[in-house]
Amino acid sequence: MTEPILSARGVSKRFGGVQALKDVSFDLYPGEVLALAGDNGAGKSTLIKAISGVHHPEEGSITFDGRDLSGLLPGAVRDLGIETIYQDLALADNLDVGLNLFLGREIVRHLLGFLPVLDRTKMRTESAAILQNLGIRVPDPTLPVGNLSGGQRQAIAISRAIYWNARLLIMDEPTAALGVPEQRLVRDLIIRLRERQVAIIYISHNLNDIFAVSDRILVLERGRKAGERKASETDDNEVVKLMMGSA
Amino acid sequence: MDDTYKQDKATPQLSESTRLLLIITKAWSWVFLALILVFFEVWSQIEVGRSFLWSTYNLQSLGVAAVQILMLALGLTLVIVASHIDLSIGFITGLAAVMAAVLIRLLDPFTNDLYLIALDMTLGAAAEPLKTMFLGDLLGVTVGQSVSVVIAIAGAAAIAMVPGLINGWMVSKLKVPSFIGTLGMYGIARGVALLIAGGATVSIQNDVARDWGNGTHFEVPYIVVFAILCAVAFHYLLSSTRFGVYTYAIGGNYQAAVRAGVRVDRHLIILFMLSALTAGFGGIIYTMRFSAGAAQAGEPILLYAVAAVFIGGASLTGGKGTVVGTVIGALIIAVIQFGLVFINVAPYWQFVAVGGVIIIAVLIDQSRSTIDRLRSTS
Ligand SMILES: Nc1ncnc2c1ncn2[C@@H]1O[C@H](COP(=O)(O)OP(=O)(O)OP(=O)(O)O)[C@@H](O)[C@H]1O
Ligand SMILES: [Mg+2]
Repeated sequence: MTEPILSARGVSKRFGGVQALKDVSFDLYPGEVLALAGDNGAGKSTLIKAISGVHHPEEGSITFDGRDLSGLLPGAVRDLGIETIYQDLALADNLDVGLNLFLGREIVRHLLGFLPVLDRTKMRTESAAILQNLGIRVPDPTLPVGNLSGGQRQAIAISRAIYWNARLLIMDEPTAALGVPEQRLVRDLIIRLRERQVAIIYISHNLNDIFAVSDRILVLERGRKAGERKASETDDNEVVKLMMGSA
Repeated sequence: MDDTYKQDKATPQLSESTRLLLIITKAWSWVFLALILVFFEVWSQIEVGRSFLWSTYNLQSLGVAAVQILMLALGLTLVIVASHIDLSIGFITGLAAVMAAVLIRLLDPFTNDLYLIALDMTLGAAAEPLKTMFLGDLLGVTVGQSVSVVIAIAGAAAIAMVPGLINGWMVSKLKVPSFIGTLGMYGIARGVALLIAGGATVSIQNDVARDWGNGTHFEVPYIVVFAILCAVAFHYLLSSTRFGVYTYAIGGNYQAAVRAGVRVDRHLIILFMLSALTAGFGGIIYTMRFSAGAAQAGEPILLYAVAAVFIGGASLTGGKGTVVGTVIGALIIAVIQFGLVFINVAPYWQFVAVGGVIIIAVLIDQSRSTIDRLRSTS
């Protein structure tokens, strides 16, 4: 097999008295979908925030494409090609679709050749194009995204990651707030991205979802890695046992 | 992709009355400004028999009143859009006013001689007759005074930004709520300004400062021109730059800004420094207008500045507000302030009237959120 695109080694993170992550190690390969499973509070979100630069682990190291990620801020991590969709979406509700898609990487044009101004029109048309490409309809792209439905907002967060050609896409419960058609949309997107050799980390509480899309399953239990299985070599029962810490 | 994924086939339809309400909530400040102008105009025509607006003196007074409010409100707008508040600006204005006056007093004796020294150095003994000529003397004093004014402006503006820097650092790094942190800074700036001023007003005798503070060009006061330039710069910054988008993003969803890679701590520090800077300019303008710096220069204006920002469409929850709105807000308050004096109402009514307008602004903001919800669910 090829080199892993992402490697975590002995990652630990505390919040005051809570040991949110303890000595977690894993590898992820291009074009592979890794599901993170675990009970509420098991440390799944903390682990992906350690990758995306929101949290900085006290111990251990994470390398992406041979580069050490320690100490990098979220902006720098995104620049390396890691996009994250958070459980509590990272959209600014008061900004429109275009500005949200381009947040942190706005398109700027130069007025009279020197004065930089935001190119809102271009950002709107670009985002309309990508949303259409993904089969997502938004009533009015000039409306603040706070006025959109949960599914539409989720779709915008995902299209942001896709637009920026992520090489690693991290999704924290992307389908939790969605209706059935939108859940299918997200699943299709994951499969399409995997075909494009994008590596994906996928957090879900829904074991059906996990088995439908993932190649490997990593189970966390109170911050520890309770086990790691190929999706084709395990079943619901074993994963649930691992989650309960009884396997 | 097939059609099952498509949502919201039709854009939500609004009823006529909601649409009307929407327009009113969006444009009410313009309408309100027009209404009070009409009111004072009609009153003036009937009672005094001349125009309220068609008067250079009145327009200049209105402009100057608006300038003093706007200088505090401009920087504050950015802070409020980022869902923070800066209560210290009233006394940062005072601090800058006192510092400008103190600096001019300190510098004037030295800069007065600059001209003589320069003459000696360039012309040597031949300079002697020039020194006693009236015209040369006048010119020399003007040059010298300009030098002290420019240095004092730069110095006072720089000093004004120090409390802004500390505010930003407290709010971003120490996570102190801005309401509390800047309230503390309000006290500190007030005390320091009073200490420096020795508890009194610091008067200056500098013709250049007085001219810049009170002079006009084609009947337009210099300070109005300066305030317009500041407003244009801030409008550009907030509406057309990345810096502006990040300010809205921080106010709308702080976490979203962090995760998108915005350097929020640095951003907040800059916002509070800008807020202090425009408040400082307000103080410097005060000193030049009255040829005296006072620690209380900005005290009554703080309320007006906060009011101007909220009347202009900002919201306490952040993420909303524009510089154009704030300018309208400042004009509304200036018209109320000056208009009430003009029609001989006891000046204390100003506070009552402005307080009332603030409450109207907040109510309208509330109904706007309700309408937004209607819009997205209907
Ligand atoms: N910023 C924080 N400050 C303090 N404690 C935190 C913080 N973030 C997470 N924790 C704690 O760390 C532990 C792991 O939380 P985490 O959010 O990673 O769980 P999770 O596996 O994502 O759970 P869920 O399935 O409910 O999303 C929990 O005990 C949580 O309370
Ligand atoms: Mg979580």
